[in-house]
Amino acid sequence: MLSVTDLACSRGERRLFSGLGLELSPGEWLQVGGANGCGKTTLLRTLVGLSPADAGSIRWQGQAVAQHRDEYHADLLYMGHASAIKDELTPLENLRLSLAVDGHVADDAELLGALSRMGLRGREQLPSRVLSAGQRRRVLNSRLLLRPAKLWVLDEPFNALDVQAVELLCSIVATHLQSGGMAILTSHQRIDLPNGKVLTL
Amino acid sequence: MSPVSAIWVAMRRDLVIAARRRSEILTVLFFFVVVVSLFPLGIGPEAALLRRIAPGVLWVAALLATMLGLPRMFTADHADGTLEQMILSPQPFAFLITGKILAHWLLCGAPLVLLAPLLGLQFDLDGPTLGVLVLALLLGTPLLSLIGAIGAALTLGLRGGGVLLALLVLPLFIPTLIFGAGAVEAYAAGLDAGGHLSLLGAMLVMALFFAPWVTTAALRISIE
Repeated sequence: MLSVTDLACSRGERRLFSGLGLELSPGEWLQVGGANGCGKTTLLRTLVGLSPADAGSIRWQGQAVAQHRDEYHADLLYMGHASAIKDELTPLENLRLSLAVDGHVADDAELLGALSRMGLRGREQLPSRVLSAGQRRRVLNSRLLLRPAKLWVLDEPFNALDVQAVELLCSIVATHLQSGGMAILTSHQRIDLPNGKVLTL
Repeated sequence: MSPVSAIWVAMRRDLVIAARRRSEILTVLFFFVVVVSLFPLGIGPEAALLRRIAPGVLWVAALLATMLGLPRMFTADHADGTLEQMILSPQPFAFLITGKILAHWLLCGAPLVLLAPLLGLQFDLDGPTLGVLVLALLLGTPLLSLIGAIGAALTLGLRGGGVLLALLVLPLFIPTLIFGAGAVEAYAAGLDAGGHLSLLGAMLVMALFFAPWVTTAALRISIE
């Protein structure tokens, strides 16, 4: 369970939000909404521990995140704006290496299965630089299928995706929630998933 | 999930990427070869003078070549979000960074060690002296990569970071230069090179222990 109390963040001189509190239990998900530049990404980066908070506490399974970083990170999967995809490598290598950095080893069959489920069959061996923006996002999202994590924090996961890919991603998130996972995502579109909470900054 | 596997994963990753982008590495090696070769051409065939300046020239060239490769250590990974993923990885960040530094040495440092005896021949150095030179470079170049990583992390994401990096890192390279070139000079003068090499080794061990932690601290600040 993730619980946040009295969180405050600022960017330079500007206070983005303060006194923010939220709770997320297994099976629940949170959509963070708000105008451009209102601090959605900052909130997500603060929640995962990339940016420091001005005040407030973030607890994961009852333990303060700052003191129990390793346990938190083992349960956490964060995907930000940056694609973390290397142009020189193929989708297959990108996926394998990003899992390896997290300490997970997947065999080729699993990797190819995940990529083809994401609709990248036949493009596994192309250099990633020739992929379109949507296809790169699909490569990134295929990590969701292979990296086990209880809490998903996804920044604009629907960006550049076509209608089918959006539906596919929704169904993947739904499966994750059914199995007791949690998800926090930012998006400007309406998402049809059960047990949702909405936070507008 | 052991430290060794974290180091290995990060190192292999950088080596695979570098294999697809060979020109960057070749530029560094070519720079080293050309700079060192210019001196005998410019000074002319005065064997005694060449022998005297050889250690200094080879070491300064190695220093500058390492410098040239430093900006690429973190820039691409910072721009595309890979460093964020490394911070959030369950594997210790410092070990992943150690792997990246090791990869940098294998790509930009180790080849210099292998090339040095060949280039040393242009300066009329004899076999045993070349041996000491290689040994000194073997201890010194990883040290340069480790110290350089701190500078590369501190200047990450800054405009004009390249120049700042040189200003920051070159002074820190001076002890390595003094003891590295000193070892070869001492041996050529008939003295014992052991003292210089021991000091280089001691500095290497100390940097191996501290540099990755300092680098990770600097990277965390850059990424905020």
